[in-house]
Amino acid sequence: MSENTAVDEIIICQDVCKWFGEFQALKDVSLRVKAQEVVVIIGPSGSGKSTFIRCINRLEEHQAGTIVVDGIPLTRDVRHIEQIRSETGMVFQQFNLFPHLTVMENITLAPIHVRKLKKTEAQEIAMSLLNRVGIPEQADKYPGQLSGGQQQRVAIARSLAMQPKIMLFDEPTSALDPEMIKEVLDVMQELAETGMTMLVVTHEMGFAREVADRVVFMDSGEVVEVGTPEHFFTNAQQERTKTFLSQIL
Amino acid sequence: MTTAATSATRSLPPPSERYTILGWLRKNLFSSLFNTVLTVVAVAFIVFILQSLLRWAFTSAEWGVIPANFNLIMRGRYPAAEAWRLWLVLYLLGGAVGMIWSLTTRQIGTALLVVFVLPFALMLVPFFSWAIRLNLLLVEVIGIGGYALGRYLPIERRGRAIAYLLIGYLILMLVVLRGFGEDANTLPAVPTTLWGGLLLSLLLAFFGIALSFPLGVLLALGRQSQLPAIRIASVIYIEFIRGVPLISLLFMGQVMLQLFLPDGFPTIDRVLRALVAITLFSAAYTAENVRGGLQSVSRGQHEAAQALGLSGYQTTMLIILPQALRAVIPVLVGQFIGLFKDTSLVALVGLFDLLGIARTVLANPDWLGTQQEIYVMVAGLYWIFSYMMSYASRRIEEQLGVGKR
Ligand SMILES: Nc1ncnc2c1ncn2[C@@H]1O[C@H](COP(=O)(O)OP(=O)(O)OP(=O)(O)O)[C@@H](O)[C@H]1O
Ligand SMILES: [Mg+2]
Repeated sequence: MSENTAVDEIIICQDVCKWFGEFQALKDVSLRVKAQEVVVIIGPSGSGKSTFIRCINRLEEHQAGTIVVDGIPLTRDVRHIEQIRSETGMVFQQFNLFPHLTVMENITLAPIHVRKLKKTEAQEIAMSLLNRVGIPEQADKYPGQLSGGQQQRVAIARSLAMQPKIMLFDEPTSALDPEMIKEVLDVMQELAETGMTMLVVTHEMGFAREVADRVVFMDSGEVVEVGTPEHFFTNAQQERTKTFLSQIL
Repeated sequence: MTTAATSATRSLPPPSERYTILGWLRKNLFSSLFNTVLTVVAVAFIVFILQSLLRWAFTSAEWGVIPANFNLIMRGRYPAAEAWRLWLVLYLLGGAVGMIWSLTTRQIGTALLVVFVLPFALMLVPFFSWAIRLNLLLVEVIGIGGYALGRYLPIERRGRAIAYLLIGYLILMLVVLRGFGEDANTLPAVPTTLWGGLLLSLLLAFFGIALSFPLGVLLALGRQSQLPAIRIASVIYIEFIRGVPLISLLFMGQVMLQLFLPDGFPTIDRVLRALVAITLFSAAYTAENVRGGLQSVSRGQHEAAQALGLSGYQTTMLIILPQALRAVIPVLVGQFIGLFKDTSLVALVGLFDLLGIARTVLANPDWLGTQQEIYVMVAGLYWIFSYMMSYASRRIEEQLGVGKR
């Protein structure tokens, strides 16, 4: 890997540990992500992938180690948390759109109430984002009236409306029917091409191979192996990695 | 050729779901032997009940007791000279309802027609004087005016507009009903001891709902608070209130309140004391119902809001509460209907609400033996208003698309 200078490393995680009661879900996880990099995290179920990326925007609190996002240390300090959250977008497996609001309202809510944009301004941004994810005609519908793929694209647009520097994806296509997976992956690939920093938990190996700059393999709360996609899919070093890849490929 | 080709690809209209009356009867009442038997038995039973009821209503019942005590039933001992103020309140109500209606729905549906026809229908009541009929007509006209005016208000801000309208109406109504002071020239004070009848019942219900709802929501949120002091206080309050019957709270309000107040403290209005008891009581139940709604909102909604950077307060107000309240509208309305009917308990602590007035009428030797007529009327009035509330709740649910989104 190339030499990393501290300046362009936008996410720095050092020896992050996390316990749920007695159970240790993250064991000294360290990872450095450069600006504009796309990192895909893979690993078996229960290996701590979700827990790890949820620590980065403080949906989970880590108990040991340090996390620094865009130069802001993630501590109990509420201002830091707010700052980090406003710079990171997150897309969930279950979309988590707000069912009582229209697509347009879903997207403009945070810009209006957090960024304090004017409503018309927020709507313009929302419209251009809906165009970008390919569903401008759905603006006035409610989430319940959309297909899963459309909902996930709205969720991506909703996150992007806050103009984040980093996007976190937690298995964004796992709840989708096969024919809808591609439309969401296409949107994500385009996003990667615009230079967004992305941290993606996914089981879509095609996406990892084509889009990722680096792949991280996690197992039982540890980072087992990190490397480029070629490295992973042709000459993985660790026994656990090989076993996992042989199971899913 | 071309037309044939296009018509072949054009999709068919959905099959019509309309039936003829005979078809409906056959499908719903006589579809099988068992169904037919059920229908016949049920009809026979209904006829049997209705027959005796109708015979009583049209032959032996002495309905004269109602027109003779009409003013008393409607407004208790509210002075006749000030009765115009009640009409003023009704005009305002007509205007407010009209306006809220046009703000919530822009179509003229059957429901609107019902509301529209209601005052006209009331004008047909045989014993009403022409003055009453004229006033009803005015309520109607003002209601239509409010509806027309509402159409010019921007629909984007309707939530806020409706809230302001309701609050403004509540305050104005109280001022008009209560008046200013003993010797004020305009709007002399009418002490609440003179308020009674349907007026008092509706006011207790109206204010009981309007005050207990926000209090209940706060308690529900308090019960889920991260701060132990607030959480424990909410739990204690809710569990204490739910453990005692309303009537005991009413008695405590009337009898025991003075014991807690310092000597020389001005005595608190008896109606107000009853209202406070009803409000405190209802708030505890509202809190539990709302809590059910809060719990029905998934964890993912909190997380999505947090991830977007919304504050805790914004998350609650913009994401969680709207969904929670929508989910519990039917339960809350059921509870509020219960509250309306429970206001009849104030008769037991000496207030003259609808039921209290009914009892005073019965105590009058002139109207001895008219219990049946009076109580049928009281029940009828309660039913009408309860039904209107449950009807309105269904409309609101439809409007919000509850269960569809
Ligand atoms: N809130 C929680 N309380 C207790 N244990 C938890 C909690 N969340 C996660 N865990 C545990 O932590 C471990 C890691 O969970 P995590 O959700 O991060 O796994 P994952 O790699 O995302 O798995 P999957 O692919 O199934 O999503 C699991 O063993 C899980 O049971
Ligand atoms: Mg997961």
